[in-house]
Amino acid sequence: MPAKPTFRSGVHPDDAKELTAASPIRRLAFPSEVVLPLQQHTGAPAKLMVRVGDHVERGDMIASAQGFISSPVHASASGTIRAIGPWPHPNGNFETAVQIEVDRYSAQMPRRRLVPDWEELSREQTVAAVQDAGVVGLGGAAFPAHVKLSPPPDQVIDTLLVNGCECEPYLTSDHRVMLEYSERVYLGIRIMLHCLGIERAIVGIEQNKPDAIEVMRSAAPADLDIEVRTLEAKYPQGAEKMLIKALLDREVPSGGLPGKVGVVVQNVGSVATVAEVFETGLPLVERIVTVTGHGVRKPGNWIVPVGTRLRDLVAESGGLTDDASEIIFGGPMMGIAVANLDTPVLKGTSGVVVLSESEAPPKEHYPCIRCGHCLEACPVFLNPQRLGNLAMSERWDEMVDHHLMDCMLCGCCSYVCPSNIPLSQLFGMAKTALRRRPAA
Amino acid sequence: MNASHRIVTASPHIKAADDTPTIMWSVVASLAPVVASAVYFFGPSALLVLAASVAGALAPEALLGNRGARSLRDGSAIITGVLLGLTLPPGIPLWMAFLGGAFGIGFGKLVYGGLGQNVFNPALLGRAFLQAAFPVAITTWPAASKNWWALQGDNFAFPLMSPKVPDALSGATPLGLMKFEQTSTPSLDLILGSTSGSLGETSGLIILVCGAYLAARKHLEWRIPASILATVAVFSAILYAIDSAHYPSPVFALFSGGLMLGAVFMATDMVTSPVTHRGCWIFGVGIGLLVVTIRLWGGLSEGVMYAILLMNALVPFINRATQPRTFGALEAESKP
Repeated sequence: MPAKPTFRSGVHPDDAKELTAASPIRRLAFPSEVVLPLQQHTGAPAKLMVRVGDHVERGDMIASAQGFISSPVHASASGTIRAIGPWPHPNGNFETAVQIEVDRYSAQMPRRRLVPDWEELSREQTVAAVQDAGVVGLGGAAFPAHVKLSPPPDQVIDTLLVNGCECEPYLTSDHRVMLEYSERVYLGIRIMLHCLGIERAIVGIEQNKPDAIEVMRSAAPADLDIEVRTLEAKYPQGAEKMLIKALLDREVPSGGLPGKVGVVVQNVGSVATVAEVFETGLPLVERIVTVTGHGVRKPGNWIVPVGTRLRDLVAESGGLTDDASEIIFGGPMMGIAVANLDTPVLKGTSGVVVLSESEAPPKEHYPCIRCGHCLEACPVFLNPQRLGNLAMSERWDEMVDHHLMDCMLCGCCSYVCPSNIPLSQLFGMAKTALRRRPAA
Repeated sequence: MNASHRIVTASPHIKAADDTPTIMWSVVASLAPVVASAVYFFGPSALLVLAASVAGALAPEALLGNRGARSLRDGSAIITGVLLGLTLPPGIPLWMAFLGGAFGIGFGKLVYGGLGQNVFNPALLGRAFLQAAFPVAITTWPAASKNWWALQGDNFAFPLMSPKVPDALSGATPLGLMKFEQTSTPSLDLILGSTSGSLGETSGLIILVCGAYLAARKHLEWRIPASILATVAVFSAILYAIDSAHYPSPVFALFSGGLMLGAVFMATDMVTSPVTHRGCWIFGVGIGLLVVTIRLWGGLSEGVMYAILLMNALVPFINRATQPRTFGALEAESKP
């Protein structure tokens, strides 16, 4: 078998996808309450448009985008606004959120609305419709989708890469979308190609999802220049820079965005969501979440309203097991551990992984033995060993000289470190310290 | 729902299985066949010497290690003790072996701050100390003995007293024979290990197999022994081609002395070898060149120890000079 395209270095964690890979996507009952933070995306937070006591229907805009790199927030269920204030956020802080008490007797039908016909719209109008629908990247980083669809005029884009890697262990929501909604993914690709004014798209899928590769290949429309390619299953294959390197052998310059090498990358989930906006007129108010791990009794892939609290999600998944030890928003490599069960699912929450004690045993810390495994694992070829030493003595400027800013906090170095040194945590700390430091 | 306790840690939340003690203990385990062959060739003396050097290495680690007796659990001091023992002749007095181990850990590792901080390979530093302090005892080689149970020398010499050197002990190592008497040893004896020498200088074949096992488990950087052995082979082959009467053959160069043990187990010590791939190649080539140079033109018959120690000193510079090019950085921009 010829080697599958990939990037150099990276790691091969146990993907544990068998827990949910075969579970069809199921819609859960509406919870009694949803909580919608105004900050669910990269960029400026949305601007509040409602007041306590207002009644909202499912799909109504409750906060508008503030500027171009921002995204509006829509009510994900019909009900009454109960409170607006600080609420636990998956990022570990309290952020302003709108709390909606869901109307128990509502049919949860959205208001009648005009469904835009994208084929009649100009590129700009299509992009605006995507922004109005609040679509953000569903792969985790939640970068507003419309920004990537309107590259600056000096950039020549030639290829749309559709990211079906899902390289984070445990998560299977993208896998299931490709299996069950392949037609919708292709409609989304058509719309995005229209926005970008280009013809060519490549779908990259890791080889551990052969069924998804087969379905996507057989569903590929003949009139589009679309290629479905198999990639080696390796973390972080789904990182934009790694995906571009593997599929096109182009290297995004340090500090640059994919547009610099003529590429736009969108996650399959986001592509399907864009299609849905133009099929139903409904903005991004629900998403597919993989609830998995050995710490939860009934793992599965669920469609839930954005803003569903962890408490409700876990209850619908059969509850936690007795040895559940860590709850993670996102995948186990880059996700954030949360303790508060009121934390809501965001637009960018691709999964909730509940690890049992045996999956996340406590690890003892040892001194660095300079084994060099972190250098071998780093997908952007940094020297995490040196960076780690610098971080422990708070030499932030020297870390920048050692290319700290190229680090994407993928966690490969920490994953392989035999001395269990929390390297990527140190690098995240260093980045935060540099960001907070007043400009000289 | 169980709310008794929930952990909140930074990502990544899953970890590769191998931790530092696992790596260290797997090195210890892979040294077992080498130790067994030493016992096979040299009898009980081999076990006694190894036990003394291990005890010497463990004592300061347990008493003075910055993690106290816990330091012993990571297995690194045992490696130092075993490796030092393997570089010693079977007839050396036990108190010297003990002292070598204690010096190696005490002055080779603990004064730098313990595990991970040392510049030089502690086992080799211990041996260099013994070489300087007891030049006769460390170069006294037993002749092949008929009786497996017989001790190979005055192992139980009283501390600080000179050991008795019985007349029967007049063996010489293949390298010594080569250098001082211009006699060569059959290649098969060298490869299988049935020659005179230090405990671990005998069977190159067993050492290679053990090293391959460690490399397959990614507990050993294969580039280092590969580059050392290739350099020694090529350098020796060139000299042999020029003057085969005066210079040894590449096979002799590869399988004599402590080269195999040094290349596979000493130079690959993670702490004292480079972290970058390119650095490992440079490090190995440097050791290979120094080994041949010292053996052929130096005052000693064996040069592996000093070759590795000298290159250990250069590791920080090698690391700095071989930083990988950052992804997406232009060649010229990636400097530190």
